Amino acid sequence: MEISSRELKIIQTSAELTFNDILGTWKARWGINRMNFKVEPGLYSVGKPDSNSPVLVSANYKMSFDSLRKELMEVNAWILVLDTKGVNVWCAAGKGTFGTQELLNRMAIVQLEKVVSHRTVIVPQLGAPGISAHEVTKFSGFKVVYGPVRAKDLQEFLKSGMKATAEMRRVKFTAYDRLVLTPIELVGTSKVSLMIFGVLFLLNLLGLGPFGIVDFYAYIGAVIIGCVLTPVLLPWIPGSPFAWKGWLLGFIWAVTVNILNGWTAVPQYSILRALGYIFILPPVSAYLAMNFTGSSTFTSFSGVLKEMRKAVPMIIILIVVGILLVLVDSFI
Amino acid sequence: MKNRYLKNVATLKLNSDQCRGCGRCFEVCPHNVFIIEDRKSVILDKDRCMECGACVKNCPFNAIEVKPGVGCAYAIIMGWLTGTEPSCDCSGGSGDNCC
Ligand code: SF4
Ligand code: SF4
Repeated sequence: MEISSRELKIIQTSAELTFNDILGTWKARWGINRMNFKVEPGLYSVGKPDSNSPVLVSANYKMSFDSLRKELMEVNAWILVLDTKGVNVWCAAGKGTFGTQELLNRMAIVQLEKVVSHRTVIVPQLGAPGISAHEVTKFSGFKVVYGPVRAKDLQEFLKSGMKATAEMRRVKFTAYDRLVLTPIELVGTSKVSLMIFGVLFLLNLLGLGPFGIVDFYAYIGAVIIGCVLTPVLLPWIPGSPFAWKGWLLGFIWAVTVNILNGWTAVPQYSILRALGYIFILPPVSAYLAMNFTGSSTFTSFSGVLKEMRKAVPMIIILIVVGILLVLVDSFI
Repeated sequence: MKNRYLKNVATLKLNSDQCRGCGRCFEVCPHNVFIIEDRKSVILDKDRCMECGACVKNCPFNAIEVKPGVGCAYAIIMGWLTGTEPSCDCSGGSGDNCC
């Protein structure tokens, strides 16, 4: 039997993002083609790395990969891309695809021990839920150093001899961080929204309406409040359950809609309809805001479960009562 | 402004007898839940824990317990509807925060 040494396969990349990379990121944020936003797993070189250059581990979600390499201007480094099925580091670590097993496999496949003379890999700290550092060392001899949470701190981290400051270790969740996550929330609701418009349209045809322009903007407003406004204003809205925060803003919106419609002044605008809005709109926002727990970086499973046990039944009851009110209103 | 979530719900437990003060938990926790005092890890603020499981996975002495899970309402709803464990399947987010 012939034992041949495998060829070392190294893919070149750079710290420069092309227009296409940027367009791709933008599209992924809006949910266009985001499941196919992958790079090939394997070993990449940035700059002119040699056997002493650091090895940075990443996921094969293109946005993760791009956000890493764009911070590597004038750095010579290796990037080891794990096969996480196109999922980002944080999610994949939670699922275990960004995990001890895959890291060990990938290091073996690319023959990392032949490429570098040192025995250290830098894993992003957000990958820690999937990686057991001491086990990686036990099976491969490579030491795992957890890098900073944000790729933009990498240069400083490398310069300081791979020491992350407390600041670099902390996950932050700024208004901007939250804002960039909102388009996907909006896109996610658009299907359901179209269905709701369809049903309202049918009801109109059946003569159960009239559902008009007011219902349309009232609903759109509630969606925007739940998907965009609540996430962005998150820490400034009193209370801690997300659903509550959404409900509160939704309630303000419902009252606003009623006032805009000249409620109490215009006689044909009945109290039933006004109440209907107050019942229906806030829970719509509440539900969407609650879904933002998935995008947030600080909600625990136990916490979300606790919140949902109360919020979900409330949301259903409020919406059902609200719909009944509106239907009754359109009959009389 | 700090983002805070519900109090007294996290399932995090630390068994001090097993802890050797290596500091790994302190290093990996993204929410600064632990500090090391007198060569032992101490839970500084349990309410900050998001149950990601990083500390448990990286403690070489099995001193920490947490029920890891996704803090995502959508995943939990899908879990209820399909009768499976909630899991993070929508993917996405940026490189540094998720799903
Ligand atoms: S990782 Fe484990 S042993 Fe090390 S300090 Fe934390 S609890 Fe103690
Ligand atoms: S589970 Fe995650 S957030 Fe909670 S203490 Fe451990 S590392 Fe920190």
